Amino acid sequence: MKPGWEMVIGLEVHAELATETKIFCGCRNQFGAEPNTNICPVCLGLPGSLPVLNEQAVELAMRLGMALGCRVEPSIFHRKNYFYPDMPKDYQVSQYDRPVNVDGRIDLADGTSVGIERAHMEEDTGKSTHVGGGGRINDAERSLIDYNRAGVPLVEIVSRPDITSSEQAKAYVNELRAILLATGASDAKMEEGSMRVDANVSVRRPGEPLGTRCEIKNLNSIRSLVRAIEYEAERQIDVIESGERVIQETRHWDEAGGRTRSGRSKEEAEDYRYFPEPDLVPLEPDDAWLGRVRDALLMLPAARRERLSAAAAGTGVALVVERGLDDLVLDAIEAGGDPGRLLTHAEHNVLEVGALTPASFAALSRLEKDGKLTATQAKTVLAELVEKGGDPAEIAKAKGFEAMDDSALESIVDGLIAENPDAFEKLKAGDKKVVGFFTGAVMKATQGKANGGAVAKILQQRAGG
Amino acid sequence: MTAREIVAAVQSGETTATAVLDEHLARIRERDGELHAFNLVTEDAARADAAAVDAGDRTGPLAGVPIALKDNLCTRGVPTTCSSRILEGWKPPYDATVVSRLRAAGAVVVGKTNLDEFAMGSSTENSAFGPTRNPHDPSRVPGGSSGGSAAAVAAGFAPVALGSDTGGSIRQPAALCGVVGVKPTYGAVSRYGLVAFASSLDQIGPFTQTVADAALVLEVIAGHDPMDSTSIDRPAPSLLDALEESVDGLRVGVVRELLGEGIADDVRRRTEAAADALAAAGAKVEEASVPAAIYGLSAYYLIAPAEASSNLARYDGVRYGVRVDGPTTGDMMEATRTAGFGAEVKRRIMLGTYALSAGYYDAYYGKAQQVRTLIIRDFQAAYEQFDVLLSPTSPTTAFPLGAKTEDPLAMYMNDVCTIPSNLSGDPAMSIPYGTGDDGLPVGVQVMAPALGEQVMFRAAAALERSLS
Repeated sequence: MKPGWEMVIGLEVHAELATETKIFCGCRNQFGAEPNTNICPVCLGLPGSLPVLNEQAVELAMRLGMALGCRVEPSIFHRKNYFYPDMPKDYQVSQYDRPVNVDGRIDLADGTSVGIERAHMEEDTGKSTHVGGGGRINDAERSLIDYNRAGVPLVEIVSRPDITSSEQAKAYVNELRAILLATGASDAKMEEGSMRVDANVSVRRPGEPLGTRCEIKNLNSIRSLVRAIEYEAERQIDVIESGERVIQETRHWDEAGGRTRSGRSKEEAEDYRYFPEPDLVPLEPDDAWLGRVRDALLMLPAARRERLSAAAAGTGVALVVERGLDDLVLDAIEAGGDPGRLLTHAEHNVLEVGALTPASFAALSRLEKDGKLTATQAKTVLAELVEKGGDPAEIAKAKGFEAMDDSALESIVDGLIAENPDAFEKLKAGDKKVVGFFTGAVMKATQGKANGGAVAKILQQRAGG
Repeated sequence: MTAREIVAAVQSGETTATAVLDEHLARIRERDGELHAFNLVTEDAARADAAAVDAGDRTGPLAGVPIALKDNLCTRGVPTTCSSRILEGWKPPYDATVVSRLRAAGAVVVGKTNLDEFAMGSSTENSAFGPTRNPHDPSRVPGGSSGGSAAAVAAGFAPVALGSDTGGSIRQPAALCGVVGVKPTYGAVSRYGLVAFASSLDQIGPFTQTVADAALVLEVIAGHDPMDSTSIDRPAPSLLDALEESVDGLRVGVVRELLGEGIADDVRRRTEAAADALAAAGAKVEEASVPAAIYGLSAYYLIAPAEASSNLARYDGVRYGVRVDGPTTGDMMEATRTAGFGAEVKRRIMLGTYALSAGYYDAYYGKAQQVRTLIIRDFQAAYEQFDVLLSPTSPTTAFPLGAKTEDPLAMYMNDVCTIPSNLSGDPAMSIPYGTGDDGLPVGVQVMAPALGEQVMFRAAAALERSLS
């Protein structure tokens, strides 16, 4: 970020709710089916058809709202009117001024938090494929439309403009994704389009009022999000510094070109003529229903991080929670394992639980802590525990990872000192860097069986310190 | 023959469903070339259905009764046009809930009837396929928008027809054609499969020759439908039993605001005669007031077009019906809609689009909804004092074709008495009550509070009896 400027970012995240069926009909909500196979009169918007709200969609939306700390309120649906060929009714049923979830917050791992303005429900559109010509809607030879996605339930989570950097935006999206997964509200796969992000970006000099914002669309990955925000902020600063004004507009991220491109200007944007959807009745969940949803809420990432930190402090906490390994680590600590070693392994050496059990994980960490296995050996044993399971002591024995006795280690160290007198002189002079040199050489000579700590101790004795 | 007579005669073996159907088809052949009540007569399917009744394969409370359907009710595999070019060639893949229920009750569908395009009009002259004529005087309109259904029953083409009523579209043509027409409580009959005009106002109901037939049909088509979120979660009301009940002590209010300026003298006199007849039968008849009713027409012509502008957006040439190609998708949509919609439909889409536009919403659509709330309150207050309310159905008897086509406002005035009940959601029905100075039928409207169908039918049956 250029000095003397700050970014103001708000994100709109669309997530497909992980329901069995679509939001207003009984068609399956399924990714990747043959085009136009999960359709019916309702989601095709055929004349005479009427919507009936999916209870499971409401439940997932409310669960997400509670997880975001929102107030879950009585709500209504509106029609958002505009013509678009992949939208069967030429209006989208969405929530407007009375959304189901309002006023929440996401706490990020770095201690900052981002406000949530609302998380409302709406229906997804179909998907167009433009064939031939320029490959865009207005210059293609033909357009094909798949309505399988039409009527898939969405929740749109609108943040407050509390985000001040691309890094924080990334952290916010990752955290929101973790919450969507933890609540079961969505499978939140950006690559399949079940989670989509639009970014509202503006810049200002510190202390000044908000600048004019641009909405960036077509962000298909976290990487795109970060790059697009960086690019857009720089672009706006250049515009302002050259004495011009930023125009409020929608811009599309061009991944290949690494830049945002102007779409249509918001000033000439369509008037959506919102009005209450007369085919649906107000959604007024009673206390019993709200209570059931609240009771079913699983533990959320922020609480999980807090719980893990209390048991095992370290830099890996956020990542371990994100990977869903925190229960394993906590259970292993409970089983008598070493908290520090467990957290470190979970952070660096365990990508999936596999056949690893809390008991075997705990036993492994104790062998290592007691100096019976080196860190390198422990990593090798751990890989086998994940793959096949078993008793770590036996696996270590089978691999010949018996810890070396001290006299054997001492003779190897002494041999190396004799071979490298210059390095030994430096060690005696207090040059700590050569400790690494000797340790590496010992490891090489012992094929990694030596305990690094023991080597350091011997070196220290020989150097007379 | 009435529907009840047909059911009894078919059941007793006095006649067959096929013979009944033949009689009706013969009348259609004889006269529908002139009247044009039907867009389509489904003779082959009707014969098969009648034969199934005669074979004992189809039974039910309407077994063997020929029924005509307004052509905005979806029928599986059978063209459903809304009398619009834009739906040319479209065959719905499903039956409307009311159609399924009629079929399950043994009814024999004889065809689809003409209407003002997308139910927008009061004379059936706005049909893309030409007007329907009034069986009592073919130089005159049958009313609208369900003019085809009203004419079909009046001409004896079918003892029962279904229509839809958004702003009087069942009751006004029933009055002009001299038949019974019922708009049930909003939500009493499922709208699933009724091509939407104005969703918060649309309601399906029957045309019949008698009050009892209307009760019979309503018992079949009403009742909760999980496919319609606005459907009231209640079973169909029992209405036939209410018909014989006395109106002794019934509190009847004659709505002052609906008997004022613009109501023809002969129509006013017939309405007063109806009030007198009820009084003679023991009812307590007094003047009632629903002050906000006079704003109904204005509110309606903002709310209904607003909803229509959205409901009719889907006719864009992308998925079904007519498509007129253009260089871009937007051009194609525009060309399709320009060619496919008639003048009145375009007028209302523009009105509604304007009423919902940013900056105008509060002044128009928002204000109209406030008026709607006032009308609901005024009716509620009136129903604290009265069991039913009485008014004319239409300000005049049937008018000549072409008389009002150049003056939309004069045409809109036809629905001044019927629209308030659409806005309030309450049930209302029109009963033929004699003739005007021109010898043409006059209808009287009986209105009741929401879900008050029983008391409404009770009063209607008493009026019917008073004429015999």
